Amino acid sequence: MLRLLASRIAQVIPVLFVMSLAVFALTDLLPGDPTITVLGENATPQQREVLRKEMGLDRPAPLRYLDWMGRTLSGDLGRSLRTREPVTAMIAARLPVTVELTILSMLVASLIGIPLGIAAALKPNSWIDFAVSVTALAGMALPFFWAGILLIRLFSIQLGWLPPSGYVPIWVDPVRNLTLMVLPSLTVGGAMAGLIMRQTRSAMLQTLGQDFIRTARAKGVPERTVVVRHGLRSALLPVVTVIGLQSGALIGGAVVTETIFSLPGLGTMIVDGIFQRDFAVIQGALLTVVLAVVVVNLLTDLTYGLLDRRVRLA
Amino acid sequence: MSIANVTSTSDRAPEKVPDARWLGLLKGLWRHRLGRAGCIVLAVLVLVAAGADWLAPHDPTEIYYDYILVAPDSRFWFGTDELGRDIFSRVLFGARVSLQVVAAAVALSLVIGAAVGLISGYAGAWIDNGLMRVMDGLMAFPALVLALAIVAVLGPDLLNAMIAIAVVNTPGFARLVRGETLVVRELDYVQAARAMGASPLRIVARHVWPSVSGNVLVYGSLKASAALITESALSFLGLGVQPPTPSWGYMLATGMQYTQAWWMSIFPGLAIFLTVLGLNLIGDAARDVIDPRTQR
Repeated sequence: MLRLLASRIAQVIPVLFVMSLAVFALTDLLPGDPTITVLGENATPQQREVLRKEMGLDRPAPLRYLDWMGRTLSGDLGRSLRTREPVTAMIAARLPVTVELTILSMLVASLIGIPLGIAAALKPNSWIDFAVSVTALAGMALPFFWAGILLIRLFSIQLGWLPPSGYVPIWVDPVRNLTLMVLPSLTVGGAMAGLIMRQTRSAMLQTLGQDFIRTARAKGVPERTVVVRHGLRSALLPVVTVIGLQSGALIGGAVVTETIFSLPGLGTMIVDGIFQRDFAVIQGALLTVVLAVVVVNLLTDLTYGLLDRRVRLA
Repeated sequence: MSIANVTSTSDRAPEKVPDARWLGLLKGLWRHRLGRAGCIVLAVLVLVAAGADWLAPHDPTEIYYDYILVAPDSRFWFGTDELGRDIFSRVLFGARVSLQVVAAAVALSLVIGAAVGLISGYAGAWIDNGLMRVMDGLMAFPALVLALAIVAVLGPDLLNAMIAIAVVNTPGFARLVRGETLVVRELDYVQAARAMGASPLRIVARHVWPSVSGNVLVYGSLKASAALITESALSFLGLGVQPPTPSWGYMLATGMQYTQAWWMSIFPGLAIFLTVLGLNLIGDAARDVIDPRTQR
């Protein structure tokens, strides 16, 4: 396990390096003079020049990258060009929103996708299987932002059951928080459920056709145990991988979904940063998002190792 | 770029082998039940996009001041929007914009990705290592987030959205082509060609690319639907197609603000849904046709 961990971390380091270069390059190339963002249109060239020096913008790009990296590694992501608020503090305030949305969405996707996938695999070519396949196909084609709008229309406007938008931290009012999170997590999770359904169905079908399942059935193990203990356990492996690999898509979905439901997460932070040309904010938020994806992928690999001895020993 | 030579040389192959294969793929798609449905959906869309000028009952940007937020009726089939524009015509013209962006973006990422993958897989050593680390780094970004970042740098418009979507999809193509190239490179006939003194460019163009291209095309059709979702999401956020050009994503974003006008958020969304569904069906079917093992 330790060896697996070490080798995976060794693989991640070059990825992180390229990725940090990309984040820096992207935002460093952002059109528009950052001094305009800070000083406004009416500042004199002299004032601009002073600020450029102060911000280190007169130095060559590779040096600026090293500077930025050094500060980033020590936890200083600079300040918002607009509000002068430290970016680290902004991220700390917004990260919980995105993390909660992502976790809840993953939960929703798994709770819908895995049971339906199993149900379809247990009775292949039945009406259940057909219904699940059609649902999965439709679900994968449904643009999630449209699903979000439809959910608001149905549950907030027509039925009035749930609030259409807003956010309350979970530690302030857990019930209110969860009520507000229902629609966003259905939006993001629903989009992923179809894929999980499909993956579970095919993994389960494959597993149930194998010799050890036949042996278990032959020696009289109850069907429930066969399915859950023997079948599900090995069928879940590829499903876990798919869920983990989808975390990137999930976070991407969360970014747009946050803007639909006015959730103050990293997604709205990036989008607002883009519209306000606030490159410190974009840099910080982007870096956090990508780091999160890399970490989740790493965790997926390790979970795989825990579930499958062969990977662990390799 | 070398890839331009690569594709054109293989097109000019005298044996006509690739042509027969594409025809076989199309036939296979048509025989596949769901594939046929997808083909029909896509064909209708292409016709709509091409013929929007004749099919649309109204000018998509014309403002009818007396008909603002009118519900669907016999004159305005899908109703009108907040400025009094005909939504049906706008949805038709939106097909043109979306299909253009998707086709161009996927084609661009296919060409660049295939070039990177072929070079990487065939050259190996440090070139491979360097190129693949860059691709890994790009792949670490969530697609939509990377697209957002690129549009932020280039500025929000149609062309930049296209470039962003192309960049986002390039690593996938590169990885796929590289993996296949690594396998094909070691096959006897490629080794034989090399022994006979064929240049690397010739080997890649005549021997490697033709046997890799089938899977690339399937992957491309699977990526097309993701590209459409990304395009609509960018436009939805106001970072893609800019008004007054009609775009499904942007129409949804404005429709969301007019809660009383359900038709504003239903029809553009339905258009995206059907297009993605059609593309997904074709992608799935193409995979079944190319690789019978996955047939269900």
